[in-house]
Amino acid sequence: MASVKSLLTKPWIWSFLGALLVWLATIAFTGGYGAGGMVTAALSLAVFTVIVGVGQMFVITLGPGNVDLSLPANIGLASAVAMKVMDGNDSMIVVGLLAALACGAAVGAANYLLIWALRIPPIIATLSASFIIQSIDISYGRGLQIKPPPGFADFANWQILGIPVLAILTVLFTIGAAIALQRMIYGRSVLAIGQNIRAAWLAGVNVGRIRFLTYTLSGALGGIDGALLAGYFRGANVDIGNEYLLASIAVVVIGGTSVAGGKANVPGVWGAALFLVLLLTMLNTFGVSAGVRLLLTGLIIVGVITAAGGQKALR
Amino acid sequence: MPEGNADIIRLNGAEKHFGAVRALGGVDFHVGSGECVGLVGHNGAGKSTLMHMVAGTLVPDSGQIGVHGGTEDNYSVSRAQQLGIRCVFQELSLCPNLSVAENTRINHASLRGFGWRRKAAGLIAAKLDEIFPGHSISASDIVGDLSIGRRQMVEVARAFTVTQDRLDLVILDEPTSSLDAHTAGQLLTFVRRFVAGGKSCILISHVLGEVLRNADRIVVMRDGKVVVADAASAFDRDRLVTAMGGAEARQKIAAQIAAAKPGASPLRVRARPAAQKDGTDLVACAGEIIGLAGLAGHGQTDLLLAIFAAASRARTGIEVTAPVALVAGDRQSDGIFPQWSIAQNIGIRSLARLRNGLLISPQREAELAAFWQEKIGIRTPDMNNNIFSLSGGNQQKALFARALGSDAQIVLMDDPMRGVDIGTKLEVYDLVREEAGRGRTFLWYTTETEELDNCDHIYVFKNGRIVANLRRDELTEEKIIQSSFGDAA
Amino acid sequence: MRPEMTAASLDTAARTSAERGALARARLLRGLLPALSLALVLLAIAWLNPRAISYFGFSLMLNLAIPIALATIAQMFVIAGNELDLSIGTFVGFVGCVTATWLKDAPLIGVAILLGSIGVYALLGALIHLRNLPSIVVTLGMSFVWQGLAILVLPKPGGKAPDWLLGLMAFKPPFVPFPIIAALLIGLIVHFGLMRTSYGVILRGSGGNPAALARAGWSLLKTKIVLFALAGLFGVLSGMALIGITTSADANIGNGYTLLAIAGVILGGGEFVGGRVSPIGAVIGALTLALAASPLLTFMHIPPDWQVAANGAILIIVLAARVLISRKER
Repeated sequence: MASVKSLLTKPWIWSFLGALLVWLATIAFTGGYGAGGMVTAALSLAVFTVIVGVGQMFVITLGPGNVDLSLPANIGLASAVAMKVMDGNDSMIVVGLLAALACGAAVGAANYLLIWALRIPPIIATLSASFIIQSIDISYGRGLQIKPPPGFADFANWQILGIPVLAILTVLFTIGAAIALQRMIYGRSVLAIGQNIRAAWLAGVNVGRIRFLTYTLSGALGGIDGALLAGYFRGANVDIGNEYLLASIAVVVIGGTSVAGGKANVPGVWGAALFLVLLLTMLNTFGVSAGVRLLLTGLIIVGVITAAGGQKALR
Repeated sequence: MPEGNADIIRLNGAEKHFGAVRALGGVDFHVGSGECVGLVGHNGAGKSTLMHMVAGTLVPDSGQIGVHGGTEDNYSVSRAQQLGIRCVFQELSLCPNLSVAENTRINHASLRGFGWRRKAAGLIAAKLDEIFPGHSISASDIVGDLSIGRRQMVEVARAFTVTQDRLDLVILDEPTSSLDAHTAGQLLTFVRRFVAGGKSCILISHVLGEVLRNADRIVVMRDGKVVVADAASAFDRDRLVTAMGGAEARQKIAAQIAAAKPGASPLRVRARPAAQKDGTDLVACAGEIIGLAGLAGHGQTDLLLAIFAAASRARTGIEVTAPVALVAGDRQSDGIFPQWSIAQNIGIRSLARLRNGLLISPQREAELAAFWQEKIGIRTPDMNNNIFSLSGGNQQKALFARALGSDAQIVLMDDPMRGVDIGTKLEVYDLVREEAGRGRTFLWYTTETEELDNCDHIYVFKNGRIVANLRRDELTEEKIIQSSFGDAA
Repeated sequence: MRPEMTAASLDTAARTSAERGALARARLLRGLLPALSLALVLLAIAWLNPRAISYFGFSLMLNLAIPIALATIAQMFVIAGNELDLSIGTFVGFVGCVTATWLKDAPLIGVAILLGSIGVYALLGALIHLRNLPSIVVTLGMSFVWQGLAILVLPKPGGKAPDWLLGLMAFKPPFVPFPIIAALLIGLIVHFGLMRTSYGVILRGSGGNPAALARAGWSLLKTKIVLFALAGLFGVLSGMALIGITTSADANIGNGYTLLAIAGVILGGGEFVGGRVSPIGAVIGALTLALAASPLLTFMHIPPDWQVAANGAILIIVLAARVLISRKER
């Protein structure tokens, strides 16, 4: 009983409970039909939100005003870069992935350069950057649907016993991210900066480097995500990342990370991503119209955050 | 002395608990009209809790509050305001984005309608002129542009402004903490005038001399209770310190250091303030405690920050030869990480040394915290508790532990004893001298002249420049005041 | 000791007045920056295409300035209370759809819906305050809600603006184009309300130091409700103005306004926290964006592929100029 109680105090537990609830509601509606398939599909899709969600989480944890709005454009460009470099050729898969990673990291670094050199709020810096990236993507991709190599598409869709391999890899990655957050100098520094940037500087934290690393990390994760998305959906296009602007922010916050900064939560990103994907599945299963689906999605996000409550103000 | 029924406020058996902690255990307290009550005690003794009750911002768990002879059942801030009771809190309550006049408006619901801006500006300007003649603050100044000392002046003056509501009692909680000696004197003179005019004041201050000189009656608190209350004339400094408990009253530190340090020890810091034109440097060697004196806000903090920055990135005019740590004076904005435990707050400066491979070892972190808890006397049952579970003085000790527990050989102190109780101070002074004996260098900016007794060498600052350079044996309060006010060459 | 003390205080007074003079100059220049940005964009346009600087040219170029300015003002009220509204764009779209359908066909119901939506905004303010919620997430959720409602009201692009609204937005005053007059009016009215009235002080104070305000006996719940309701009101005005210009609606018509409005507030000298906002600055910021967005780019012969990028670049250049100027001042 005590362990249940201590579990309930964890901020991430709510997102998993929500995901479970939505899943149960859906299979209650279908009479149990497709319960397993739904989990598999949810895991496959949640992976993409989790990867960018973790990057966004580190950025948001840097403190008020820090957010990466360039992720959708970044994902779009990186997916095109990866597909062009791979050029339908299985032997180029690794090179293509590295190119997407480098492209994303470059975007992230450029974001921080704008923030640092122009001293503009990250919201505006990443927004302006995203406009520019979008144009580069349009003129680079020429709006063409570029196909991934068959090997890469197979890999992105590979399942073992109904569990997507990408999901397993992403779980490993998130465990690493959680350890980095709590037990490495980098993570501690991010948390310190998010609580009080001036105090962090005066306590010897290399604020500039940590912020640079964080924006670059977020960019790099966006880049990888773009390549994987193109593989999973068997093609890159300009709009492939569009839904990840809102989704990446939503999973971070529903997952229990504080928007005020300094407090992050990795497991919650998974719970929230599953919740959002299952929610969409549920609404599709119910066969509601697009308007109702958006309306309900919105109301549920507001409802969840209201139920979970805000962070307790410390003094 | 006025008789009992002229009490402005009377609390009987006031009790307050915060969770398991008893902040106030059955306190009787009253203020008569026309008296200035001094309230002293260590941090965590319950002074602030008691004052929050008087001001109506906290409701006691049990006990009665009576104002002007009547009993108040639903006492609140707005009720206190109506009854003529105001409070200047220790943490500043001004809005930095508003002008001085607009901040005045916030405290007066009746300042509205046509011409309210002119009325508000006139009101605050007149009060500033009355309390701090020659203050040079304009009612249209944006508060965020003012120095912290001037903000405190505005805050104090605002508490004394009167529109519709009556004004009988003003609580001043550490009102001089950011003021220099001159303006602090102006304020205390005004308080005496205010009290002579039949109004009342409660004066809370860690500067015991201020309380002894200005209060009519002194109330001493310890551990959530009133231990002594008596006429001010019945107290002297020693009796006050004894009544407050904790560390024993100690005489001034014996002059043991004078002979010890030869000039041969290695240079640690050589720094020139940006505004310095005559080539004077601040020089600090290993094992030295260097004092930075002068009026508040005359470039001492700026130089400390410049030295801090120079440790990681070279700067012209500043030479630093060893790792640097800084002990912040403004804990909330420069020191504390509010989400973290005491142990994490101490460990942040030493993360690289706490690693085991790539990962930070929780065990080493706990060891570091436990070592300093023991050594510096941080009073808590568990170092894994949140930093805010500590009283202000103990939070400051944690910040000292952060700096002293690090590899830093140079420790910069930015007036760290601001608002810290005397017991904590004496403990930290000992520790600083001990660490200096082991070869650490301390650069110590302080606004309290007594603290300079701990230093080997004192630089007096004015307008961002070093104007005097005193050896410890040349140090007198007169000399510092003279150099702080006198003309710089 | 005495004479020295007097001399010292005189000296201090002299020093501080000089110091304050510098601060006042810095603040003045900071205040002028938005206007300078606007002037810069205007100069660029005048240089590229002198004929655009005319009554007709301005009417055309500033076509969409009124709804953008109104949406920016709405965002500014939310930012003044240290919150952020990520739903203002879809809200403007929703209002547009209602304006083009209900408000024309059944004006009473239309008005009721619009007033009700302002009420929803007020409720959101209360919810955010009472449950201590992050406004970014709540309004993120609301952006879906408004979009969903907009689609339900108007599943396909269409509808028609009420005639009186069309007439109002097509108003052609002598000498000065209507968008300029309207922007001026909006800026001045909001400036008076927020910067000069006694309750405006309380609203801005709630962003500057909420704890102090509560301690002085003001209700933070009320300030938050008022700020959000004002945001809702100006969002409604923005949506109506937009439909008055475009004549018909589309559920996605306002989507770009969220980010445009945030950018406008910041360009206008506002800050995300601390209650530091400027209504006149916000309107100028909105005008700058409206001009930079398309007229300038068309005159510069930027190919369509790169127009979005040019928008981002202009935002960066203006902000960079701002940093340069304020750095020089310090």
